[in-house]
Amino acid sequence: MIPTPNVDWLALSPVLALLGASGLALLGAVLLPGSIRRGFAALITGAGFVSAGILAGVVFGESETARTVIAESMVRDRLAALAQILIAGAGVLASMIAWGERRRAHGSEYYSLLAAAGAGMIFLVSASNLMTLFLGLEWFSICLYILCAMDSGRATSLEAGLKYLIIGSFGSALLLFGSALVYGATGELGLGSIAEAVSAQGLAGDELLLAGLALLITGLGFKASAAPFHMWTPDVYEGAPTTISGFMAAATKVVALVLTLRVLTVAFPEQEHLWTVAVAVLACASLAIGNLAALVQTNVKRLLAYSSVSHAGFMLIAIAAANELGGRALLYYLIPYGSMSLGAFAVVAARERELGRAATLDDLAGMGWERPFLGVAMWTFMLGFAGFPLTGGFVAKLYVFAAAYEAGWWWLIVVGVVATAVSLYYYLGVVRALYMRSPAAGLAVAGGSPPRDPWLLAAVGLALAVTVGSFFFVQPLIDVARDAVAALPL
Amino acid sequence: MTTALILLPLAGAMLVWVAPVARHLLGPLAFLVALTEVALWITALGRFDFSTGGLQLDQRTSWFGDLSVSYHVGLYGFSLWLAGLTTVVAAAAIGYACWARRERPRAYFGLMLFLLGATVGVFTAQDLLVFYVFFEAMLIPLYVLVGVWGGPRRVAATVKLIVYTMAGSLLMLASIVVFGLSQGTFDLVESGVSENDWVFLGFAVAFAVKAPLFPFHGWLVDAYRQAPPELAALLSGVISKAAVFGFIRIAIAKFPGPADDFQVTILALAAFGLVYGSLLAFRAPDLRGVIAYSSLAQMSLITMGLFAFSDLGADGAILQAIAHGLVSASLFLLAATIERRTSTGEFAHLGGMARGRPALATVLITTGIIALAVPGSAAFAGEFLILAGVYSVGWGWAVVGATGILLAAMYMLRLISAVLHERGGRAVPSAALDLRPAELALIVPLIACLLALSAWPAAITAHSFVTDVLK
Repeated sequence: MIPTPNVDWLALSPVLALLGASGLALLGAVLLPGSIRRGFAALITGAGFVSAGILAGVVFGESETARTVIAESMVRDRLAALAQILIAGAGVLASMIAWGERRRAHGSEYYSLLAAAGAGMIFLVSASNLMTLFLGLEWFSICLYILCAMDSGRATSLEAGLKYLIIGSFGSALLLFGSALVYGATGELGLGSIAEAVSAQGLAGDELLLAGLALLITGLGFKASAAPFHMWTPDVYEGAPTTISGFMAAATKVVALVLTLRVLTVAFPEQEHLWTVAVAVLACASLAIGNLAALVQTNVKRLLAYSSVSHAGFMLIAIAAANELGGRALLYYLIPYGSMSLGAFAVVAARERELGRAATLDDLAGMGWERPFLGVAMWTFMLGFAGFPLTGGFVAKLYVFAAAYEAGWWWLIVVGVVATAVSLYYYLGVVRALYMRSPAAGLAVAGGSPPRDPWLLAAVGLALAVTVGSFFFVQPLIDVARDAVAALPL
Repeated sequence: MTTALILLPLAGAMLVWVAPVARHLLGPLAFLVALTEVALWITALGRFDFSTGGLQLDQRTSWFGDLSVSYHVGLYGFSLWLAGLTTVVAAAAIGYACWARRERPRAYFGLMLFLLGATVGVFTAQDLLVFYVFFEAMLIPLYVLVGVWGGPRRVAATVKLIVYTMAGSLLMLASIVVFGLSQGTFDLVESGVSENDWVFLGFAVAFAVKAPLFPFHGWLVDAYRQAPPELAALLSGVISKAAVFGFIRIAIAKFPGPADDFQVTILALAAFGLVYGSLLAFRAPDLRGVIAYSSLAQMSLITMGLFAFSDLGADGAILQAIAHGLVSASLFLLAATIERRTSTGEFAHLGGMARGRPALATVLITTGIIALAVPGSAAFAGEFLILAGVYSVGWGWAVVGATGILLAAMYMLRLISAVLHERGGRAVPSAALDLRPAELALIVPLIACLLALSAWPAAITAHSFVTDVLK
């Protein structure tokens, strides 16, 4: 008889909840009459994300000390649980925004894949060895490849799917290659075991290991869309269904950055002097490229894509700081960042649904006056991205700078400040379009009055509440982030 | 009490934004909130104990503990006066906007009240981050107010305004992070002093942009010309004083060493700005240009007073800040009334407006006479103290300061004569009416405050307690 590992069902429960939702939604596509399929799938997916979030909350409460479960393939700790809550939150918002897409074909499959992607992400953030890491990465990536190409009627959607598939697979291949090299050097797969093997066998300067580390950082950089591995981001965000772009901007960042922090600090503590520099360089490149490229964008989704590249840069600063404050900064940053991203994409989605085509900055002209709530929300998200007070974006940047200062990287603060100054131009450009331009003559709403979309409005409202609320209630969020980071050897 | 001063206008802004009130009632509603704010400030004035000075009516709540940041607000003597200036000028500005019936009143009046709340917040902040939050929060409504309701070249003006101000602010943010973390607290009362020149420069540049000082004044003229006039009144009268507060409370109080090192540099920039601004004001072809450049000159003079590092200079600077705030606001509101009648502020098309308009002539001349610091006026007292202060640093500074005051007389008299006297301008229709009672009711209180300060300048100089923070 084969010995089976003890399974910690609680640690797995968020994943299982979403997988169950995904499966049910898919079954609904076969068993239910066409008229209620989409509603059923949407409801089940939303419920799946909500219950995954609640279960992750329970895991957070029950996991004061970190431990590996299921034969050291996964780790059950508060870091993973917090990241899972964030992903589940992004999923809930994405399900709400997706409702108004009024997708006729493959409605159930769409929601089913969304839930499956969420499940993969939730699985991935708790990965504690290189095998589960790769497995989780492919799991959610494959779901996203399909979701990106879902609007097969639009050429840009197919292009997005194909580009993401090819470049994403390239990134995954690099990650796999890196894992193989690290395994070859140390003979270990578990993140903690790698660090132990390195110190036990004196491998700190081993070329094989370092090459593996470099490839791992590269692979994770692809997923986090950090420059210079960001090339896919603008095309994919532009072409994918807008809901999916928002979900990717928020949730994929959570996964990739939390994972980067975990892999680097847990498996490679002895190489800290090397990877901090590498991550800092990636951060600077992302800040430079993301912000400069965003300056010249006219399509709002591309602009937000480059903005997400630049925010990856800010969050990489927190990782490069490699201290406890940096971990806190990263986890706090993800909260307002995720809600602002989803909210901003939701507003773009609302405008696209109104106009029946992709929205450029010119198409936003006058929207602030026509739809006051969406206008104020978009305005707040843009100010939040730019790090203005009264949004969590300000506190997030403050923490990132504080972490960099504590690590002695004062020049990273300078880079961050310059990047923020540049970013003002395009973020305020959106505000300018919303309020200070009069709409072009032909800019008529496609179907008369704007489509009623209460779920989208509710999602924007929630995102707005988190964006502003995280500014006023910093202490509780930081406490949670501190508990989560305590799981890491920082 | 202090929190109430900040929250009342913010709550009023929310009310204006969401209350289901008819559009034509929104302006009066905002004006009512602004008047209540003035009343609230008078209550605070009554509660302030002038026999002891120091930080009073302060409130403190922890915001996030791991970086020792707390919501800490309170009033020093000079904060109280600056907050008072804010409430009074804002009430007049909102009243004027209400009378002038701005378009899209819901957004406009909400933003004006928001701006008022944020500005009061700046003058009462006792924590660096709270200060920064309010400092930035002022910029958000300013950006939209200029960008939406401004003149024809408003977009260029907002871009300049934002680029200059944010460049300064972000340097300040970096300085705040470094200062706060090295001190272990962001609280202004608890933190000690720092000797770091770079951190000082981060703060100094931010305030130099806000004031503005030469050579950071590039945004000034466009913003003052393109903004709605009552907003320009707030901008030059009140918001520029955030720099005065910042210099006193942070740059000088927390960095005595670096401030001393850079004293000559800053005095030289300010002295140059004073003369340069005055000369430009003398050459400016329009009303708002004169007021804008005179603002540059006056703010430079105030900065000279602050960087004299003497009680005389500091007290004079506070008095002058209040006097200039009132003068500048009155002048912008008067410019608004003139532009409303003639559709232009160009001197080439103005002239002869005194004929048949006694109220306008009287009010403009009174304000102008106070602005040029005629002996006996509040501005004279302020400038005299500032000159006495900088004299202790070196007599040369006092000479430059005195030259600036002489030039002030030149440009103010030019403004008065170009508008009121000379031949009737082409743009002045003979049917253009005198100031209406509503306009008088908004401008005369400002002038009454000025006259009261002229009669009793010690109300401020003896009660500003600047030395409490400069110990």
